Amino acid sequence: MSYEYIGITVLWLFLYGYLIVASIDFGAGFFAYYAKLTKQDHIINKLISRYLSPVWEVTNVFFVFFFVGLVGFFPDTAYYFGQSLLVPGSIAIVLLAIRGSFYAFESYGSKDNHVYMFLYGATGLLIPASLATAMTISEGGFIEETANGVHLMIGKLLTSPYSWSVVLLAIVSVLYISSTFLTYYAHRADDEPALDIVRKYALFWSSPTIIASLTTFIALSQHNFDHFQKAIELWWVFGLSVAFFMIGLFLIYQGKYYGWAFIAVMFQFFFAFFGYGASHLPYIIKPFVTITSGATNETMGITLIIAFIGGLLLLVPSLIMLMRMFLFDADYVQGKK
Amino acid sequence: MFFEDSVLMSRLLTFLTLGFHVIFATVGVGIPIMISIAEGIGIKKKDPHYTLLARRWTRGLTITVAVGVVTGTAIGLQLSLLWPSFMKLAGNVISLPLFMEVFAFFFEAIFLGAYLYTWDRFKNPIYHWLLSIPVVIGSTLSAFFITTVNAFMNAPQGFETEGDKLIAVDPFAAMFNPATPTKVAHVISSSYLTSAAILATIAAFIMLVRKSTIYHKKALKLTVAATFIFAVATAVAGDSSAKYLAEYQPEKLAAGEWHFETEKNADLIIFGTLNENNEVENAIRIPGALSFLAHGDFNAPVEGLNETPEDERPPLWIHYMFDFMVMIGFYLVGISFLFLIFWKMKRWNEYNRWLLTGLAAVGPLAMLAIEFGWIFAEVGRQPWILRGFMTVAEGATTSPHVGLMFLLFLGLYIVLGTGCLVVLRKIFKNNPAELELESRYPHVKESDKE
Repeated sequence: MSYEYIGITVLWLFLYGYLIVASIDFGAGFFAYYAKLTKQDHIINKLISRYLSPVWEVTNVFFVFFFVGLVGFFPDTAYYFGQSLLVPGSIAIVLLAIRGSFYAFESYGSKDNHVYMFLYGATGLLIPASLATAMTISEGGFIEETANGVHLMIGKLLTSPYSWSVVLLAIVSVLYISSTFLTYYAHRADDEPALDIVRKYALFWSSPTIIASLTTFIALSQHNFDHFQKAIELWWVFGLSVAFFMIGLFLIYQGKYYGWAFIAVMFQFFFAFFGYGASHLPYIIKPFVTITSGATNETMGITLIIAFIGGLLLLVPSLIMLMRMFLFDADYVQGKK
Repeated sequence: MFFEDSVLMSRLLTFLTLGFHVIFATVGVGIPIMISIAEGIGIKKKDPHYTLLARRWTRGLTITVAVGVVTGTAIGLQLSLLWPSFMKLAGNVISLPLFMEVFAFFFEAIFLGAYLYTWDRFKNPIYHWLLSIPVVIGSTLSAFFITTVNAFMNAPQGFETEGDKLIAVDPFAAMFNPATPTKVAHVISSSYLTSAAILATIAAFIMLVRKSTIYHKKALKLTVAATFIFAVATAVAGDSSAKYLAEYQPEKLAAGEWHFETEKNADLIIFGTLNENNEVENAIRIPGALSFLAHGDFNAPVEGLNETPEDERPPLWIHYMFDFMVMIGFYLVGISFLFLIFWKMKRWNEYNRWLLTGLAAVGPLAMLAIEFGWIFAEVGRQPWILRGFMTVAEGATTSPHVGLMFLLFLGLYIVLGTGCLVVLRKIFKNNPAELELESRYPHVKESDKE
């Protein structure tokens, strides 16, 4: 396998990692605000902040990792994304900033502030939507290159059924992933009332997730038939995704093995995400950047991969330590530490 | 109107984001080491005063780190959003340190989360203290890596050009360019210095407006001693930076020093004004000192700005930035040294009001020096974004919306800055150290000997 493919696989893994950890976070924000509106916040908000406070910075790094890695492995993407995404990108940064500061600020009182809770909930939905836009744009047809540089065709983006179905899919997936995780976490914490609420969320958001996945597929066939066809060739990958969806949903419905249910949800998105990514190739940004034309030179590519392996040797044990401290330590989860 | 000028607005927006970020980045690099020292002393001496210091500093750090992380994410993305052509070109050469910086940050993030939420979790406090070590390493390493990127922009090397493409890339040569050693040393030492100084300011300020307790006296001694050590280290690193400039970037030193003609035994010019013929007036001159600063020899020749083509010269106002930075540096060394002398001379009272007032100023001054020094370093390499290869104008985005984005981010930083101040006040105002000491360590009495 050449270094470009290793590079894109690594990046895709990190983006997938971000998809999972950030979804938990973003969805939790929405649920926290919803619980406040329905006066159930005293039941679940403690649970949410107990998990999220120690890990929010780590969540953020997954994202930084992805975009720094993308620019590193494929510097041309910096040019096309940078030129076309100034406005949506800046808005996403502002939303992320409001949200990121929340964790530090909330421990000291802003939790009771209605406006801040609203922003916290709203950003949980707006950030995935705005980040999904970058995905949409990479399909081609939304940016043009003229003599004055590269521009985003905002009007086309806003009227495209495909872009809206991606946004919808992003939002409902976030809520589904988050609620299944919280179900697992509430179960770990032996917190029956919270479990009861978040389990209902999980069951509720399952059907929009699968419906939105299908409509996105249909919209993709309208927007970018080549990509659609490549995806069809990988039908078994998407088939696996649907199978894991059924397993996850079944386990949650049964009310047992919530840990396995969440792992099934992770596999569901893993296969969907990798199927999408694999069928997107060779284009990174259609039609301007392909995986070979946009890659950095070979020396740098190989050095980056070596650095990456070195970094992982350091990170994986540390991440395991963090998870054992805050995720799998029953006493901590139950609030005894 | 200048608002529509995307190059100028890109520069201003980058300045705004980095100028704001540098405040939080600096304390993010320096405060962990102070916390680690305080907690270490607390464990070794079994002295809860120091442990409480570490605890309270950590609480403040949480807030500043949060703002540092989100503004750091902002500048990370803005690099591509505002300077797409630059990133497309330089991305081939600087990806490695950028990537490594994220690793270091990741490492720090993991252990910071663990450190913050496990204060009372271990029977043996050493385990908790051990968690602070990777935080210090991670934050210092990320400063190291990101500074090598900036050093590369000042002294690009490790590649060859073929048309508009970069070939024969050597990532390590790019990372360890001639500017790297001095820049890294100066950035890290001044971050430690500024953090120690800010903590010293807090202790001195409380002793001035409230009462001096043993807790605050210990805090002051620890932080001022650290300030002195780091200030000396910063001065040494600053001196080697000047020698680096004289050799590799003479136009920056010449513009910073208003040194136009190449000459031997060059004078150092402090403050002053320029008339329309670029002649220096109203300045303090120290004969031969610039030659000494640049080459360690009063008679060495120093290259003047006139050797640099006119369109490649940095603006001359950076002279003031340089002077302010150096002056504050001297003040920090001086006042902290004075305190140490008073402390060691048993007959003098090191807590007299004059000295405390002088010490209360060190934190804000050090932070100002960081900003001045950074502006000097960055504006001093104008008009280049990659010295000798790409100008700032060639690297900027062509998007017409940068002006609006500037306003958007200005609003964001006002909100974040205010939020940060409000929350920090809330944490400490109604919870003075004495109360917390009493409730947490009831066996310690104020009257306990030092």
